[in-house]
Amino acid sequence: MTDAPVLEAPVLEAKAIVKVFGQHRALDGVDFTAHAGEVHALLGENGAGKSTLIKILTGAYQPDGGELLLDGQPIHLRDPLHGQTYGIGTVYQEVNLLPNRSVAENLFLGRQPTRFGLVDRKRIDAQARDLLGRYGLEIDVRAELSEYSVAVQQIVAIARAVELSGKVLVLDEPTASLDRNEVQRLFDVVRGLKAKGLAIIFITHFLDQVFDLADRVTILRNGRKVASQPLNTLNTTDVVRMMLGKDVAFDHHPTALAGGPKGAVRVQFQGIGRKGMAPFNLAVHEGEVVGVAGLLGSGRTEVARLMFGVDGAETGQVLVDGQPVTIRNPAQAVAAGFGFCPEDRKLDGIFGDLSVRENIIIALQAKLGWFKALNREDQVELAGRYAEALDIRAANHDMPVKLLSGGNQQKVILARWLAIDPTFLILDEPTRGIDVGAHAEIVRTINRLREEGLALFVISSELDEVVAYSNRIVVMRDREMVAELDGDTIAPDAIVQAIAGTPEEAHP
Amino acid sequence: MNRSLRPLLATTLIFLFAYMLAVTQQPAMLSTRVLGNFLTDNAFLGIAAVGMTFVILSGGIDLSVGAVIGFTTVLVAVLIMWLQLHPLVAFAVALAVATAFGAIMGAAIHYLKVPSFIVTLAGMFLARGGASVLSPDSIGIEHPFFTAVQKSYILLPGGGRLTVVGMIMLAVFAAAILLAHRTRFGSNVYALGGSETSAALMGVPVARTTISIYALSGFLAGLAGVVFSLYTSAGYSLNALGVELDAIAAVVIGGTLLTGGYGFVAGTFIGVMLQGLVQTYIVFDGTLSSWWTKIVVGVLLFMFILLQRLVFRAGPRRT
Repeated sequence: MTDAPVLEAPVLEAKAIVKVFGQHRALDGVDFTAHAGEVHALLGENGAGKSTLIKILTGAYQPDGGELLLDGQPIHLRDPLHGQTYGIGTVYQEVNLLPNRSVAENLFLGRQPTRFGLVDRKRIDAQARDLLGRYGLEIDVRAELSEYSVAVQQIVAIARAVELSGKVLVLDEPTASLDRNEVQRLFDVVRGLKAKGLAIIFITHFLDQVFDLADRVTILRNGRKVASQPLNTLNTTDVVRMMLGKDVAFDHHPTALAGGPKGAVRVQFQGIGRKGMAPFNLAVHEGEVVGVAGLLGSGRTEVARLMFGVDGAETGQVLVDGQPVTIRNPAQAVAAGFGFCPEDRKLDGIFGDLSVRENIIIALQAKLGWFKALNREDQVELAGRYAEALDIRAANHDMPVKLLSGGNQQKVILARWLAIDPTFLILDEPTRGIDVGAHAEIVRTINRLREEGLALFVISSELDEVVAYSNRIVVMRDREMVAELDGDTIAPDAIVQAIAGTPEEAHP
Repeated sequence: MNRSLRPLLATTLIFLFAYMLAVTQQPAMLSTRVLGNFLTDNAFLGIAAVGMTFVILSGGIDLSVGAVIGFTTVLVAVLIMWLQLHPLVAFAVALAVATAFGAIMGAAIHYLKVPSFIVTLAGMFLARGGASVLSPDSIGIEHPFFTAVQKSYILLPGGGRLTVVGMIMLAVFAAAILLAHRTRFGSNVYALGGSETSAALMGVPVARTTISIYALSGFLAGLAGVVFSLYTSAGYSLNALGVELDAIAAVVIGGTLLTGGYGFVAGTFIGVMLQGLVQTYIVFDGTLSSWWTKIVVGVLLFMFILLQRLVFRAGPRRT
């Protein structure tokens, strides 16, 4: 880490950027600057507006308010290709090059030198070797790109982006699929470019990498800028706190929750794990909510998928009410009385074109099997009962569920699982993409289900929420359960500390 | 070695092996006479298969090829015999129509975001139907120019004849090899086959390239139709039924990956020759049903799909 650089005029400046999707303000007056010779990290949880901001900076989206300045001049980017002509290059997590073509051709596609109208292969190869040599890459440039590792492909992508643009380089989660040595190799390249005076914008969810590489950090939360400051004035805990919202009202009543009578153990996970996910032990009691806290990429969703059999566990066993059960796929999980409300409701949760009623009865029908079809009266009765119990607001129960608001869709999915009379419910980000008013309602619903004796496992990146309904909180970091907080130990500082961990800890 | 060369190498070896095997059974097959006939008899298929190679390399498919060949033969016959146009004028008109037809299909594929399979299936019905509307019956073509062309050839050592249609096919292959491997257009075709999203982000003009690819395929189908009319001296709406499938088979046997992005124009040539070899052998043998060609082609196709699975399954091997 270098000293805080002298802040001369920025190369790229975004002023009061606003972006609205439907009713939702994804970005609400966000400022952002990129300076020459500086690595600027952009941090934020899912839904913070990180990717929206990046798409505006590269030209993939157009802002609804505010302006972009390049070297002090206002610019309007039509698309990423147009952004490239202004000197703004982007490298994505998924390498956006051509796996089937040679390394050299990937570097020069669209601007191949020609002789007599034919592509001059020799010159391309020589120039490509020369170019990659400057990045310390001595490889056969005539070989197909896909023959090389993702790390090499990333460097080729960076070389192409820098060659074509050369002012601002946006690195969008470039390290997500690299191992530790590869990350270092990539970082050496980035440091070299920084020394050459490029403005680099670095997006990642690995905090240790931010501290390793970046000079400055901007943190977004709920579409607003929380902070933008030099990294040497911050530590990991500060950053985590800002990402999760430092002034959240911790509305936790440890005595009321933890002191209450704990029921019997309903579900027990013993040493459940698989490749890329450390084995964990967890017991969830009747009438208990176990909350999960952790940053994006810490393995929160992976745990939920393991529990529900979406990804089969490679080790360990599951006990329900003391009896071992086999859970290798979701159907077995449903048979064991598990329910799962996934993070991406639209994609993995609802059947958008089916009616509210059909969405509610579908899990129960699947559990009963093909030959015990629920008759229409039963369906109407069930849908009506749960719609009333959960206060699902729909004009009628035959309307397609995609027309409902996010909060009501979430309640439909909850109703679907309640209809099978579950032993254990897994909720992954139940309040994601739901407007603020409905948040409180979902939290109330979770509390009520607990009081009715259900065992719940709830993942949320909203710390205040997790605290509001959890009896116990499991903290995840680097695909491992690193801490378990109980009763009085559930305190804001303790959670943030546990999430931050030690910055030296690397991802797998 | 570049791994996409492997299927090409395999095709070449299989062709040489099969040819040797055929020669041990039928020694007469080893002559320039037979080789010359190979080229003449398969010229229309070869030319159409070149267009198909570009389409498949870009990740698409063109089912209209056979129908466009049939349509072109009818159009050429109608223009010459009914409208009394000179054959060269008739050829020019027919090629322009076929090219425009391909371009329109390409535009529909790109702008309407409809799979090429559906668009060219519609194109197939349109062209075949259009040919029947022009003339449901076969029209014989009689013209001095046709006779002159059919009678001209280059004598090969050993008595073989390289006919005009054979030369056209060889010229098309030579030009296509340059186009595919040595021009920006060629690079863009491979880029589309690799990843359309990446290609667009890298500045490949996706719309222009897609339209050009199908226009090229249309043009070459038209040229194949012209060659077919020279070959048979007739225009008939049911000519070249199912040739699009033979062309696809030739392309895949030639080592081009059916999902696009990998392959060589030269491979298609060998693919076509391999099909011709089987047909010729059956003619020489005299006792086998000509349907054996289809069976052999089917077996070869399966083998090559299997081979490509093995070759292209591997991940990165260098670091």
